[in-house]
Amino acid sequence: MVISPEARARIDAEIAQYPQRRGALLPALHIVQSELGHVAPEAARELAEIFGIRPIDVMEVVSFYNMFYATPQPRHHVYVCTNLPCSLRGARGLLRGLEEHLGVDDHGNTGDGRIHLGHEECLGACAYAPMMRVDERYCEDLDLEQARRIVDALE
Amino acid sequence: MLKVPHVTGYLSEHFADDAFATLEGYESKGGYEAARTALKKMTPAEVIDLVKRAGLQGRGGAGFSTGLKWSFMPVQSDGPKYLVCNADESEPGSFKDRILLERGSHQMLEGILIAAWATGAEKTFVYVRGEYAYPAQQLERAIEEARAKGYLGNKVMGTKFSHDVVLQRGAGAYICGEETGLLESLEGKKGMPRKKPPFPAQFGAFGRPTTVNNVETFSHVPHIVRRGAEWFRGFGTEKSPGTTLFGVSGNVVRPGLYELPLGTRLDEIVFQHAGGVPNGRQLKGVIPGGMSMPILPAGQIDVPMANEFLRERKTMLGTGGIMVMDDTCCMVRVAEIITYFFRDESCGQCTQCREGTGWLHKIVSRIERGAGEKADLDVLLDVAAKMEGQTICAFADAAAWPVQGLLRHFRADFEEHVHQGRCPFPASFEL
Repeated sequence: MVISPEARARIDAEIAQYPQRRGALLPALHIVQSELGHVAPEAARELAEIFGIRPIDVMEVVSFYNMFYATPQPRHHVYVCTNLPCSLRGARGLLRGLEEHLGVDDHGNTGDGRIHLGHEECLGACAYAPMMRVDERYCEDLDLEQARRIVDALE
Repeated sequence: MLKVPHVTGYLSEHFADDAFATLEGYESKGGYEAARTALKKMTPAEVIDLVKRAGLQGRGGAGFSTGLKWSFMPVQSDGPKYLVCNADESEPGSFKDRILLERGSHQMLEGILIAAWATGAEKTFVYVRGEYAYPAQQLERAIEEARAKGYLGNKVMGTKFSHDVVLQRGAGAYICGEETGLLESLEGKKGMPRKKPPFPAQFGAFGRPTTVNNVETFSHVPHIVRRGAEWFRGFGTEKSPGTTLFGVSGNVVRPGLYELPLGTRLDEIVFQHAGGVPNGRQLKGVIPGGMSMPILPAGQIDVPMANEFLRERKTMLGTGGIMVMDDTCCMVRVAEIITYFFRDESCGQCTQCREGTGWLHKIVSRIERGAGEKADLDVLLDVAAKMEGQTICAFADAAAWPVQGLLRHFRADFEEHVHQGRCPFPASFEL
């Protein structure tokens, strides 16, 4: 079993809120991922059993959504928003500066397993651009210097 | 940094006050009085009639009459009915729902409670976009407070009416903002939109009658119940009453949110409220309502921000996300960002959309790189026309409209790329 009893209890509490079990699949995937970092095949099999669906049904949901990962991930995700409002205020330069600083390409991982750096579509922070999402946290009104300091502080 | 609107109105007047996000603080400003009035003194039909008379239009982009939408819900039903709150805000240029959740979750919950009473819904599913971790946290806390106080759950406020709210977080897919894509996602599936009919009022979440409204739409409702339809109609235009939260971004001195009456002129918002274009530059164009809405050139922004006026200029209010571009901007780069986005976010279900968004992006990129041909401009328009109105949902239209708008008003930018064989705007924002 890769899904812990604690996570299982949280999943069951989610299921209880829905008229059909499968309604709780996205919440369950969030729970599993927050515990394991990604949704491995074994976790998908266990989820399929919990929800009475096939593992492929779980995996097609995982692959449809940007925020679910089927493979092991670095410890942190850093996404620079590069949609139009952010690009108008220098987001692309910020992304390039971070790529150079971390020695990775857009959508690359640092060699030490610390950071995945990528670009992301509009994050709803258009007036506070440029900005980036660091895991669950928004860092807004950035310049390159501040952005560098933020990624350097990630363990 | 505290995110509050630069200009406030009835929705946002207390947003600078941290206490307003708490139940106690919200109630100290008269919060939940409107729900009490609706549940204890009004019939569901009276509430629907009031919202119809107020003329509230949905604030999620389509602008449909909210009262009318509620009236589509069957009064008699052989099982549960549901409400869905669309908090999947992901239209580029839009960030109002985020702030409405961060600073005013109780206001929205009160609107949900009133709507639930009006439509006979036993449960509301609030679908918050996955990236909105902090807004979701704020809402979760508000839901717990409301439950503890007996405002949600069994026998709301001591009446016979029961209602509960369930928060679900999305996981990063723009298409889940489309109401039936959202319903699929809510049911634990890929967010691929459904064919309509049947409409959600007949066959919605989990196959039950469902009404889907946006965060801001719900947030207006308590104010209408408290102060009446006439009061609400005192804001905005005759056809588009009330205020809205305009989000201004891009090349302006003061980007941010501005709560202003619908019908406020776009040039007033850009130049007076947002301070105009910085660094001594001139204005080139403005996208008035989120990225799906066609752009207006600088000379055409003397227009009231309401659909009845914007339609005359072949654009729409959308989500009220105003993106401002100065005269350094290359409009082909703008098109490249827009077409990339739609190519990336198409769910792939309909051929016209899946293939069309790819071709739009491929051709625009080729023009930007200086490898375009003169015929490409008409191919773009041809592809866009073949996407429009041909697919299950409006995503393909939303991808086609901005390209059509850019070619309508800035065709010269595209032609110059082809003519010179390179991008003629070296000072433009970087790609």
